[in-house]
Amino acid sequence: MSAKPHPRVGLFVTCLVDAIRPQIGFAAIQLLEEAGCIVEVPAAQTCCGQPAFNSGDDADAAHLARQTIAAFEGLDHVVLPSGSCAATMVHGYPELLADDPDWAARARAFAARTHEITSFLVDVMGYRPQGRRLDASATYHDSCSGLRDLGVAAQPRAMLAEIEGLQMHGLEGNDVCCGFGGTFCVKYAPISNAIVTEKAEAIERSGADLLLAGDLGCLMNMAGKLHRRGAATRCFHTIEVLAGRADGPAIGEEA
Amino acid sequence: MSHPKPQPSFKARAGAALADPTLKLAIDRTTGTAERKRAAAVAAFPEFDAARARGKAIKDHVIAHLDHYLETFERNAIASGAKVHWAADDAEARAIVTRICLDAKARLVTRAKSMLGEEIGLPHALADAGIERVETDLAEHIIQLAGEAPSHIIWPAMHRTREQVAELFKAGHHPPPTADDPATMVQSARRELRAKFLGADIGISGANFLVADTGATCTVTNEGNAELTTTPPRIHIVTAGIEKLVPSTAHAFALLRLLVRSATGGELTQYTTFHCGPKRPGDADGPEEMHIVLVDNGRSRMLGDEFREMLRCIRCGACMNHCVVYRQIGGHAYGGTYPGPMGAVLTPVLDGLAGSRDLPHACTMNGRCAEVCPVGIPIPTLLRAWRVRSWREGLEPGVMRAGIGIWAMLARRPALYRLATRLALPVLRLFGRRGWIGSLPLAGGWTAHRDLPHPPGRSFMDQYRDQQAKKGAGQ
Repeated sequence: MSAKPHPRVGLFVTCLVDAIRPQIGFAAIQLLEEAGCIVEVPAAQTCCGQPAFNSGDDADAAHLARQTIAAFEGLDHVVLPSGSCAATMVHGYPELLADDPDWAARARAFAARTHEITSFLVDVMGYRPQGRRLDASATYHDSCSGLRDLGVAAQPRAMLAEIEGLQMHGLEGNDVCCGFGGTFCVKYAPISNAIVTEKAEAIERSGADLLLAGDLGCLMNMAGKLHRRGAATRCFHTIEVLAGRADGPAIGEEA
Repeated sequence: MSHPKPQPSFKARAGAALADPTLKLAIDRTTGTAERKRAAAVAAFPEFDAARARGKAIKDHVIAHLDHYLETFERNAIASGAKVHWAADDAEARAIVTRICLDAKARLVTRAKSMLGEEIGLPHALADAGIERVETDLAEHIIQLAGEAPSHIIWPAMHRTREQVAELFKAGHHPPPTADDPATMVQSARRELRAKFLGADIGISGANFLVADTGATCTVTNEGNAELTTTPPRIHIVTAGIEKLVPSTAHAFALLRLLVRSATGGELTQYTTFHCGPKRPGDADGPEEMHIVLVDNGRSRMLGDEFREMLRCIRCGACMNHCVVYRQIGGHAYGGTYPGPMGAVLTPVLDGLAGSRDLPHACTMNGRCAEVCPVGIPIPTLLRAWRVRSWREGLEPGVMRAGIGIWAMLARRPALYRLATRLALPVLRLFGRRGWIGSLPLAGGWTAHRDLPHPPGRSFMDQYRDQQAKKGAGQ
């Protein structure tokens, strides 16, 4: 539990949410405020640097790491609606800046106060949604970085269990990669397609109305495949449901 | 390198594999069973995490003191009556083994499955020297009949379905098997191989462990073919990588508990044999000569670079069984001796990064391989280390470098990045309809297979700034 009941939290909205689905950012602000946080959105944020980091371009990745650390200096916590961007900051930044005498300690301190949002809400703030209702069935995909690098698994499920009317369906292979992998999905498109096709088949077999996950990249990959296949499954970020914002258009649906 | 490089590119090989539904069926059968059995074995072994920590510590200790254990092993192996040879690379290893065979005037050699043997190109070298080679592992027998290389380090013929094996045996066995049920086919292979076992001049095996304090080499099989390969012939040759060392037999058993559960889900294999020197006076059987070829082939270089942790690998194959990419394309598409995640780390070491840069990139970095690795190798971290080298050495394609370059130029300038987003979103909205983009220039890799959600007209940051401005004005 946090020492402060009202910590100052910097929201790193992520480049994908910024450009593709702003409503996830607004859901994040709402939930963080409900949990008692004072939310700030530093203007100097762009991307966490993961495309450079995973391409082996350490110079650009380190530059973006320093830029992001500086932009969030002074805040109690840094929170992201993405396990993979959070993992880049928590594990990648200290690795990238390990040999930089001016930045190594700052990177470690920054990593220590950076969190994926669902784990932050539950583990740090002790938050549970109250009085939310959604009459639907849903299944949950564990995005890999959040699951394996940050231990995000029980927290989103614990909060979803509080939503009245929401029926959770199991997903076969829930912890198996969806085939997104950042630039992997365009560099090795046919392999990625084969992987996401199997994922889409499993999602369809779950019989759930909704697919939920904690990373927009994975969600865009799965939603895009489900739509191409003509499946009726609708896709939302977990926190859209938690914030009571799943009554509008799902990912890819027009308002 | 020893074997001729496969001509088509990685992407072409992967494409061919994806287009082969029989291959997919074979992969799913084997890796699916392996995954289930491993999960059950780990669930039934409550101290698995402790055993894994111990296994990792044993390997790290040996790697840190490799010189000491190599000398200890050599001394004890010689004391047991074996001859020890040192090979700096694959060519030296091939030359040593071939020389021993030629000096012994060997005509027929039996071989028990060894990935190190594949790594140094032993099958081709023996053929080039005019020596008949008989693979005695059932799966190796299958791929020898098919003229193929292994596609998995535990199940070399996993890319072949039972039905395809029946065809190979019909054509390759004399007389052919009378039926194609597994029991009849196994009987047929046994009949075919038995005469070779007894008539071989030399038996060649690998080693799962080299035990320093006894000088013994350890083989692990389920078929007993290693014992039949190493016992009847006059000469037994062991080829092993220097990372196979363990301090003692007890340490070998600590690792065996991890190896077998991770590989097949069993607690122990049917046959675990420690081969300690040639036949001694009074022994009922055994070879007259035992040779041990210790192979470096890039390993001592790994001691000093980013890939040191890969020397812990005990070759269980769990990483490939749990890899989403391997499970789509199988082993041959990787193009190296070792496929899957561990192969994507090792192939650039063995064959050079320039010809294999696709392997460390063809990975989603999902981390499942590291999660199941019985000796805790951080495979994604090692793959990323290859990506860093590839970027530094200028091996990445120009389009990728340019794309990352433009993106990074913008991302490093927040105000310019905002402006670019503001300009790009309305342009993106010109494509597609009813929420989805089905085709987009420069994004064919995405839209060939899936739709892209329509972006909103305005970014989060712009909407948020307006909201804050309104709030400010209202106060």
